[in-house]
Amino acid sequence: MGDLFVLVISCIFINNILLAQFLGNCPFLGTSKKMETAIGMAMAVIFVLVMAGAITWVVNEYMLKPLDVVYLQTVSFILVIAALVQFVEMFLKKSIPALYAGLGIFLPLITTNCAVMGVCLINIKEEYSFIEALVTSFSYAAGFGLALVLFAGVRERILLARVPKPLQDTSIGLITAGIIALTFMSFKGMV
Amino acid sequence: MISALLLMLGIGAVCGIVLSLASKIFYVYEDPRIAQVENCLAGANCGGCGYAGCSAAAAAIVSGKEPASLCIVSGKDGVESIAKVMGVEVGNAEAPLSYNMCEGGFRAADKYHYMGVSSCKAMAVVFGGKRVCGVGCIGLGDCVKACQFGAVSIGPKGHPVVDEEKCVGCGACQKACPKNIIEVKTLSERIMKFNQKYDPLAPCAQTCPAEINIPRYINQLREGKYKEAVQTIRLRNPLPLACGRVCPHPCETECRRGVEDEPVSINQLKRFVADYEMNSGSRIPIKCAPDTGKKIAVVGGGPSGLSCAFFLRRIGHQVDIFEAMPKLGGMLRYGIPEYRLPKKVLDWEIQGILDLGIKSFCHVKFGVDFGLGSLMAAGYNAVFLGVGAWEDFSLGIEGENLDGCFTGINFLQRISGGEKIKLGRTAAVVGGGNTAVDCARTLLRLGLDKVYMVYRRTRKEMPANEVEIVASEHEGIEFVFLAAPTRVVGDDKNKVTHLEYLKMQLGEPDKSGRRRPEPIEGSETLLAVDMVISAIGQSPDASFKNQDPQHRMKELELTKWNTIDNNPATHQASIPYIFTAGDAATGPSLVVEAIGGGRRAARSIDLFLKGEAVEPVKDSLQKKRIHESIFTKVDGIKKTARAKQPELHVNERLDSFIEVDLVLPEADAHKEAERCLNCCRICYNPDIVFPMAKKAG
Repeated sequence: MGDLFVLVISCIFINNILLAQFLGNCPFLGTSKKMETAIGMAMAVIFVLVMAGAITWVVNEYMLKPLDVVYLQTVSFILVIAALVQFVEMFLKKSIPALYAGLGIFLPLITTNCAVMGVCLINIKEEYSFIEALVTSFSYAAGFGLALVLFAGVRERILLARVPKPLQDTSIGLITAGIIALTFMSFKGMV
Repeated sequence: MISALLLMLGIGAVCGIVLSLASKIFYVYEDPRIAQVENCLAGANCGGCGYAGCSAAAAAIVSGKEPASLCIVSGKDGVESIAKVMGVEVGNAEAPLSYNMCEGGFRAADKYHYMGVSSCKAMAVVFGGKRVCGVGCIGLGDCVKACQFGAVSIGPKGHPVVDEEKCVGCGACQKACPKNIIEVKTLSERIMKFNQKYDPLAPCAQTCPAEINIPRYINQLREGKYKEAVQTIRLRNPLPLACGRVCPHPCETECRRGVEDEPVSINQLKRFVADYEMNSGSRIPIKCAPDTGKKIAVVGGGPSGLSCAFFLRRIGHQVDIFEAMPKLGGMLRYGIPEYRLPKKVLDWEIQGILDLGIKSFCHVKFGVDFGLGSLMAAGYNAVFLGVGAWEDFSLGIEGENLDGCFTGINFLQRISGGEKIKLGRTAAVVGGGNTAVDCARTLLRLGLDKVYMVYRRTRKEMPANEVEIVASEHEGIEFVFLAAPTRVVGDDKNKVTHLEYLKMQLGEPDKSGRRRPEPIEGSETLLAVDMVISAIGQSPDASFKNQDPQHRMKELELTKWNTIDNNPATHQASIPYIFTAGDAATGPSLVVEAIGGGRRAARSIDLFLKGEAVEPVKDSLQKKRIHESIFTKVDGIKKTARAKQPELHVNERLDSFIEVDLVLPEADAHKEAERCLNCCRICYNPDIVFPMAKKAG
């Protein structure tokens, strides 16, 4: 139990997928202009990552390993995650239309983005158990959401600042992201 | 190697099978027409229709929630092909356009100290949306960034300018504006807009009963855009030529410049641009909305009827006017003498209104030649009663029926109609209102030797326009103040010889705030005259109510002053499909009041025809002011003389009915327009630039 807690803290803060590992930067910059979209994106990422983490662990453990074809990880994961997201989308549309409307366009957008793939591969590399893999996936996704929402808040305030012309918009966004990453580095050594 | 291939094949096959099964199980029925409709849409996902993306818009169209014309970007062809898919007629697509309301935009630099902030939204969030004026334009151009079609730009004066050619009316700029300055509205919505509490309005525009955007047209005049100025006026007032001549301009009393200096001569500027159009030889085209197929009968072709008809026509309804007199114009034609409003000018103006496609039927009297029943049978959906107030009050004194006695409106009307009336040499006009002054000045022009005006109070209390009183003094009319007629004295042939009156003195103020005249006992005085005209007020002629055999007519309620009872905020009468405005609703009042009432009634009629509740305008400013915009002190004014009203010399005008007041020369009009402070709700352009303001800019 204690180990799991350490895992959660480390995934959310110390090894934050965005600010420490620099994965998933495209949606990070793309959807962080407005708080609303940032929250929608964070929810969708949590949803997809947990699903993907679970299914890829199963695929790896019961198919790739017994057949000794672990080198097929990347390609098979892409295939499986894509199919899974499609399936979930159809399921949601039919059964939980409200949730479908909420996550809407964000679901297919992040089907196999680097953060999703990255987390799945980390799970395998670190040889986590199924439960650990699930917790890690969720924590990484929560970390992504946290960073995204923080960043969206900062970006809304940046509108008020006098930014030199060449640095406007995405440039200042990346600089800000760097500074936030620096502050996140101070979590190192916490665990 | 083989096992790897087989594995991938297996995973692929499983995924494929699961997905195809899922699509069977989780299939949600979608109307095939949605895809077809979506193909016809522009595919820009601009959100202008209010739906999230084109697929959602297509779904809404197919479900019947929205018309085929929902998408404004796909244009006419798109709408037609959608209509084909849906099997319906193309709706009346009236394109909405973006429109900036703030007049004070170019003072933005003076108003705000920006600290390098580059977004209106951020300014509004951080400073609660208010620096100086709570509603004004911030001028940082969020609307420009929001527009996907490049139609909005920040103009040279620092507020948004909309290129009507490029604007598709998607509404993105309106959503982006934190101050509701830029509004996306159709022409009809713009015509039917009434002043509201939170609008950026100068004091003059709040005061004008027709709610004309005065600073805007003065600004257009200043820039030399006379045509645009006329168009601005015509959004609120169909009769700028007539109003420019006869309006007592209540707006000028509230003019902010007037607090420290003489007010801007607003009405002369209106007349200048209106005359410019008439003298230019061509009419400025007036835009109308597509036909709606509804028919309205307007009874009475006076200012309120013409205004109501004009605005109903402009928003797409079909209108017919019924007029009892031989020609349209009402009091403008028959109550206002030729020397104040030439018939030629009035004819030109009315023709412009009829040219919009309004039919008129003259010489037919409501209640005699036709009635409510015949209008309903002819298929009219609503009726506007603008019958005016044509019945003179009688003096109620002895000898009123002697030969040589007349009543005010009746007299003016007969003169205007070209009737030859047997005149005397000296006349007394009883009353102190505009009708009385008109009668007196008309009599003088008809060649009488002496005209007296008999009024029971003093000059200060006279309700007539000040300029009119001054003009009649110049023309030599003699005033007999503090005199109450008691008897008309006649000779043995029943001809008037004298008017007997009682001298009065002023007592305590009455309800209207004017001091009440009290008679001095035994002060009877005789005035030798051979004509007496009483012009002490009028009321509507409501005889149609009894003449009309229609049972329904009995439901029409009248007030004790014989005016048609109505809700003053909607002008709806006690019979739901009857609306009224002008003198018939308010009792004798201003032309501009009737014009404003006509438009308000047109709005209510439009709501009624659409089947919506006829409710008053929300937060309406009707007869109200925005408190914070009325100043008691205005800084930065350099006193400059107001443009003088050019007029015909007294010697020239006495023997003729030639128009007395002349139009301002162009140079003077520009000079006068420069005096306008271009006010908005709170801000204005002072004449003197303060060193402090310079620094802030």
